[in-house]
Amino acid sequence: MFYLIKNFFIALRQVFIGNKKYYLWVGFLLFLILLGVSAYIDQAGRGLIITGMRDQVSWGFYISNFTFLVGVAAAAVLLVIPAYIYNFKPIKEIVLFGELLAITAISMCLLFVMIDMGQPVRGWHILPVIGAMNFPASLLAWDVVVLNGYLAINLFISFYVLYRLSIGKEYKMSVVGPLIILSIPWAVSIHTVTAFLYNGLSARPFWNASILAPRFLASAFCSGPAIMIILFQIIRKKSEVEIEDRAIFKIAELIAYAMGLNLFLLGAEVFKEFYSGSIHTYPIKYLYFGLHGKTALVPWIWTATILNITAFFLFLFPKTRENFTTLNMACIFVIIGVYIEKGLGLVVPGFVPDTLGEIYEYTPTTPEVLITIGVWAFGALIYTLLLKFAVPVYTGKLRFETKT
Amino acid sequence: MNRIKGNRAERKIDRRTFIKGAALGLAAAALPLNKSDASFWEAFFQKHFREMNDEEIKKVLQRLEKEAEQKYKKAVKIGNEKAMPGVLFGYGLDLSRCIGCRRCVYACVEENNQSKDPQIHWITVLRFKKGEKWVDLEESEKYYNPSLVPEKDYFYMPVQCQQCENPPCVRSCPTQATWKEPDGIVVIDYNWCIGCRYCMAACPYGARRFNWSAPNRKPEEINPKTHYLGNRPRYKGVVEKCTFCIQRTRNGRYPACVEACPVGARKFGNLLDPNSEIRYAIENKRVFRLKEDLNTSPKFYYFFAYGV
Repeated sequence: MFYLIKNFFIALRQVFIGNKKYYLWVGFLLFLILLGVSAYIDQAGRGLIITGMRDQVSWGFYISNFTFLVGVAAAAVLLVIPAYIYNFKPIKEIVLFGELLAITAISMCLLFVMIDMGQPVRGWHILPVIGAMNFPASLLAWDVVVLNGYLAINLFISFYVLYRLSIGKEYKMSVVGPLIILSIPWAVSIHTVTAFLYNGLSARPFWNASILAPRFLASAFCSGPAIMIILFQIIRKKSEVEIEDRAIFKIAELIAYAMGLNLFLLGAEVFKEFYSGSIHTYPIKYLYFGLHGKTALVPWIWTATILNITAFFLFLFPKTRENFTTLNMACIFVIIGVYIEKGLGLVVPGFVPDTLGEIYEYTPTTPEVLITIGVWAFGALIYTLLLKFAVPVYTGKLRFETKT
Repeated sequence: MNRIKGNRAERKIDRRTFIKGAALGLAAAALPLNKSDASFWEAFFQKHFREMNDEEIKKVLQRLEKEAEQKYKKAVKIGNEKAMPGVLFGYGLDLSRCIGCRRCVYACVEENNQSKDPQIHWITVLRFKKGEKWVDLEESEKYYNPSLVPEKDYFYMPVQCQQCENPPCVRSCPTQATWKEPDGIVVIDYNWCIGCRYCMAACPYGARRFNWSAPNRKPEEINPKTHYLGNRPRYKGVVEKCTFCIQRTRNGRYPACVEACPVGARKFGNLLDPNSEIRYAIENKRVFRLKEDLNTSPKFYYFFAYGV
């Protein structure tokens, strides 16, 4: 018990004490969170009317960010596959940081769902036993199950590994192994279920396409790892964690394949929609070309398309992939590209035109953007705090006290 | 599909009481204290409508009536009339008669206590150009505003909740806050809805409305004859929609829109009664249902009494 309390304070001290730059960064994030919270208090008081959403477009920026982040949470799995199945050493050693990112992304997802709810205080109604969870009929109920399950798995693996390392012992593969194997299909499931959430609605032809789940997976395998590549470079620069170039280039190579697949699936969808030319092409026409002079999404989706195609070639050629300037450019392109494509570019056209043919142009309002920035800052803060603790444990600098 | 059926055993209450205690402590820290009067907590812990027994429902109705009276300074009766056996409500709309006057829309708003600011309408009347094509929703106009209707070159089609036999909204709701009653009416428990709006994404008929802000209505405009599952005062952040005027139809009256229609385009009745007007229309007129390809099986029939 004594050691438990003492070790708790060791961890707390590690997280709370840092240099000037650390405080500056955390302070900056806290400031953004505060802005978000104050905008949210306004939303809680006046209602979701302060957002750009209306009956015609009933989901917007919040759910777009949610969808993108479910994809990011997959980053861990892309690292896990080569690490444990093929025993690719350089990646195996850094899987932990990917899993911590997954924890962060899922926490942000849950927050985005919470802030989108009209009656967040009644959130418990969705729980089984004490609430009235509509399982298995509602895909949203499935999403609650798989997202929380994924969060639990990643929390357990990360904290178990960190705990073993912090008391100076190797973690037991007999404990982690089965969970890691489980986390692979589970990561696929969080994407698939989130895709099915949209996919299953026959009312929305733009989403009601079987290609949606595969496209979700392909684009998630681009954006998540691209974020990881950038984070790994920061981590190895700011700490003594050694991350081999080889590992980073391997991940970049995997992004090239995923983006190739993503673009192919996009092409398949574009062909089907435009060649068949039924009335169900209205949403995709709205997205890429605008309808009846309404063109809010057009510049965004073309930006995304151009960024994604450029990034694909940058990742594809070993020369640009293994040059950090072009590699980082490609990563940023992919992150922005997928953020648009899997965010507003996916959610909004589902509602435009609406089911009775009305075109309502949705644009997020300032409070909506502030709240969203607040959630992102919260995510950045969680990841910062997790790393502040995990990095010295990982490098062996921080050790808990034990009896021996 | 729906696991909640009627009232369950006492055991349930014990478990709930325990959880209530545990949750109360947690929630007390997280929630604004100025609201922590008894009524707030009663509302917070209110059970799912179909899990409550008659006694519990009675208490809830009393609390809600009291709240409404405090808010609007007038007595509001919140009823709980149950579905009548042997009744399945169906609706017919004669497109050859509709003149697009929107009297149904306004009668609906008067009857059902929708917010007036921001405006919420449960009925949308769509205008289509004659002589081009048949109902192509993408080409419809919702905001038409001529000085006189009907206009020569147009025809009109009102759309409201189609009360599907196979409702996608019910399937999608993550909390079972919306369901199909035995008389076929799809209802919402406004005290159970969490406001996620998944049902709005799922509805192919644009029938569901969200309270983006707190509903606004002058006390003198409040219709005091209400039903728990229908036109009682609603809250900010919950979904609402047409209920075939459940507060009227379960008491043997016509929906407000049927009574308001000046040309008799709206028909309403019991689909299980072979002698009903609605059955006559379905069997003898050219009827169609909206978006039949989605297999939602609406109980809302459009038809033509005479050619145009």
